[in-house]
Order: sequence, then structure tokens, then C-alpha cells
Amino acid sequence: MVKINGKDINTAGKSLLECLISINFDPKRVAVECNGDIVPKAQYDTFILKDGDCLEIVSFVGGG
Amino acid sequence: MIPSEKEMRLALEKRQGRKLTQRYSDAAVAICGLGGLGSNIAVTLARAGVGRLILIDYDQVDITNLHRQQYKVSQVGIYKTEALYHNLMEAVPYTKLDIHNVRITEDNAAELLKDADIICEAFDDPEAKAMLTNVVLESFPDKYLVAASGMAGTGSANSIRTRKVLKHMYLCGDEVSEVNEQTVLLPSRVMLCAAHQANAVLRILANEFET
Repeated sequence: MVKINGKDINTAGKSLLECLISINFDPKRVAVECNGDIVPKAQYDTFILKDGDCLEIVSFVGGG
Repeated sequence: MIPSEKEMRLALEKRQGRKLTQRYSDAAVAICGLGGLGSNIAVTLARAGVGRLILIDYDQVDITNLHRQQYKVSQVGIYKTEALYHNLMEAVPYTKLDIHNVRITEDNAAELLKDADIICEAFDDPEAKAMLTNVVLESFPDKYLVAASGMAGTGSANSIRTRKVLKHMYLCGDEVSEVNEQTVLLPSRVMLCAAHQANAVLRILANEFET
């Protein structure tokens, strides 16, 4: 299980990019911390999620 | 005759106290985008006595901006950096202003923002918001980013809030109300969101943090 914004989701073993798409986040509109550290955008497709990881995903809508 | 720098400083200290005013005066804050959010954040921080503002935008004032942005009819067609510089110098003449008339990209952001203690994201486009967030958090792990998301519509003022979303990032707005061709955009909600961002900056500078 991976905790994503407070909810347990069964996504361990997937890349961060696959995970984002599977839970309907647009990878171009997010920033992600894993266990308190920012995940560099360039690593989304190679960053493999592990059991027990804790993700915080911030997603933007337009306007300003 | 405009008041001297010392007179204005004393007037600020009467309202904010000496200690806070000193902290604000020592700070440098970058504002990325000078539209509905950025122009209002800039005016608020300058009035609070933030010593140095780094103001960045590539756009010109448009007639449709006037309903929520800190520009005048006479400034339609000129660069926002230039217009805001003049408006701030009229209101708060001793603020140090660095203006950059440029589009912020992945390649130039770190260089433009390196001197800022705190960075405000005040873009319109959601992909640009995410780009800036990632560059700031990857390049400057110790700096704080204050960003915004969700201010369209006619919802309650109370739906606009400030939330600590990442270790060094606060997000202001209702987080859902996207601005697009179909939605209404009210100056009051945009200004509320900008005031949340400015307030978050002033609280961080005062060493008061959200949990």
C-alpha cells in the first residue's frame, strides 16, 4: 500500500507516472513529495513506488 | 512633499511594531506573474514594508485586466512590470523593486529567483504553476513557495483558504474552481486569494507557520 494524500492505495511497484495517470492526475499539473522529499519531474517514469511510501500530490487548476 | 523614508518607517512601526517591520524590511520576496494575484500581492507586501520585491512578468496591461489587477486605464498597452513599478513607487516610494520583463521558464527560473527568501507563484496557466513549483522545490529546498489554485466563480469568501500542502509549500484558493471561458471571475475572490498569499508570506517572515 502507498499512502496518497492520506488515503491507502494499492499502487506499490508502479512508477510514479503510471500511478498518477491511474488515479486521474495530469502529470503536467502536479508537484509530488515522497516521504517528505520532492520527486524531480524528470524522474516520474523511473521512480518506482514502494510499499509504505507516503505521497503528497499537489494539483493545480487554472486562474490567477 | 512626500514623507521621508524615516517618517514612513515610523508610521509602519506604529501599526506593525518594530520587530516585525524590521523583519519585513530585511526580506526579499519574488512574485512570479503580475496579474490578478501578483499585482495585488505586490501592493500588499510593499505596503507592509517588505524591503525588496522581485517582480516578474512578460505581459502588457489589457483592458480586461482592469477589473481585478492593480493597473489604471492610462496604463493599457504598457508592460505590467513598468506599470506596477510606477504604481508602487507612487504608493510606497522606498521599496526596492527589481523588475524582470521576461517569461519565466524551466531554464531561467532558478537564476531569476535565487535572491528571494520566499517565492509567490501567481501565474494563470496550471502547467506553468506546476513547472514553477517543481523548479523552486527542486532548486531551493530551503525556500518557501506560496502558490494559488482555485478562485473562479461566485462562491463564499470562506471557501478560499491557505493550506500547507508540502514541506515548504503553501497553497491558497479553494483548490477546485478553475478559471476558463465558461466560468465567472470576480475581483473580490481573486483579491481574497492574493491576500491569503500575501498573509502567508508575512506569517512565514514572522516565523509563524501553518501545521
